[in-house]
Amino acid sequence: MESLSNRKKVLEQKPMSFGERIYLPSILTGLAITFKHIFKKRETIFYPEQERPMSENWRGLHSLKRDEQGRERCTACGLCALACPAEAITMTAAERKKGEENLYREEKYAAVYEINMLRCIFCGLCEEACPKEAIYLDGPFLEADYVRKDFIFGKDKLVEAPLKS
Amino acid sequence: MELAFVIEKFVLVTVIFLITLGIAAYSTLAERKIAGYIQGRIGPHRAGPGGLLQPLADGGKMFFKEEIIPSESNHFLFIAGPSLALLTASIGSAVIPWGKVLTIGGRAIELQVADINVGLLYIFGVVSLGVYGVMIGGWASNNKYSLMGAIRAASQNISYEIAMGLSIIALLMITGTLSLKGIAAQQEGFWADGWFTWNVFKQPLSFLIFIVCAFAECNRTPFDLPESENELVAGYHTEYSGFKLGAYLFSEYINMFVSSAVMSTLYFGGYNFPFMNDLGLSDNVIALLGIVFLFGKIFFFIFFFMWIRWTIPRFRYDQLMNLGWKVLIPLAIANIVITGIWMTVKDLI
Repeated sequence: MESLSNRKKVLEQKPMSFGERIYLPSILTGLAITFKHIFKKRETIFYPEQERPMSENWRGLHSLKRDEQGRERCTACGLCALACPAEAITMTAAERKKGEENLYREEKYAAVYEINMLRCIFCGLCEEACPKEAIYLDGPFLEADYVRKDFIFGKDKLVEAPLKS
Repeated sequence: MELAFVIEKFVLVTVIFLITLGIAAYSTLAERKIAGYIQGRIGPHRAGPGGLLQPLADGGKMFFKEEIIPSESNHFLFIAGPSLALLTASIGSAVIPWGKVLTIGGRAIELQVADINVGLLYIFGVVSLGVYGVMIGGWASNNKYSLMGAIRAASQNISYEIAMGLSIIALLMITGTLSLKGIAAQQEGFWADGWFTWNVFKQPLSFLIFIVCAFAECNRTPFDLPESENELVAGYHTEYSGFKLGAYLFSEYINMFVSSAVMSTLYFGGYNFPFMNDLGLSDNVIALLGIVFLFGKIFFFIFFFMWIRWTIPRFRYDQLMNLGWKVLIPLAIANIVITGIWMTVKDLI
């Protein structure tokens, strides 16, 4: 029967020739191939000392950014939490007091900002949603841990280190 | 028996035993390194420079691990299995001539522990005993997977033992001696009377059968059916832990070393090397160089064992039996007949 795609291949089951049946030529070819591999370039990356270069659009751990004067950019608007498809982000907003102008850029700030790393799918939508350029996924890998509560990252782990002038 | 003789043999036995253990230990490292190189990796490299202390680390781990003896197992046989495997593996090296005669202070020292004139039969006897270690271990664990691995090992060894013995007969027809020392001495140098002296050039088919059977006897890939981890968990040593498991693995590497030594002696001239008599060196130097060359050949064969391991996949069980009974044994018999005809014709001319 004519096949619809005309790409049908008929399985050929020819009996092996004598040269194929004694196997030795194929074994020798195989040995030659594996021997050549001994001199090829190694693919190993010595991980703790040497890290694999990540691609340009690599999305790693989140970090909450500070502005040029070292103030937190986040204004707790909640757009990132809204954009998050995994609902991993929660936050509590607070009002900036007098004398805290050097800590927070605007009147409202996030007193608590938590990301549940067990839920996060590293989609980067929080990064896109943020109007203040406060959150970026530019960190390293998420490290392993033993208890689930340690995967809820608070501000202590997320906010960038203060600027040293 | 004079004292000097006893001391001499004692030293020789100790040295050979230590070398055997050392080579077996470092074979484990070499195996992992070669596996790495062939697969484009590095292999172990953290312990010591280039991973040289890795065997010590592995050994330490083996010693300090908890040894579990299954409660339903036969306790005596469970312990006897690995001991027997290790014992039979390490006594095979006694009849191998490691070099020519070394003369020190007017005393001729044979570099062979025991020059018995049935050396080859001794090797065969010891090698075929080796399967008892595997059999007993598999039986004593009271585990179905272990038992199946042990049965596979036994039936595989039986089928390859015969082909191996038959392949050796063709070799014995042309050498006319069973003494390994005699066989090594006959392969003096490299070229004599218009032909190579090494037996591999006189009996290539016999060598081919022998090496295939040696792979099967050592339970090495492609004949590592007794311990195929994906079908039988781990085969005959599933229930073993700690140093008993270490003994099994170690005996495999010792077997590999001894069979490499036997192959080098029988087919590749043993301690002989090309142009050894044309260099004009003293006998002692040639004897020492001979040891170096013998070990070079042994190391090549050990490398070859590993090289094959990472090249050829494991045989299916029926294919293995097919190869043993229907291919290698007829081939070996044909080789005997051809050798016989050739020798008769040569005598007539």
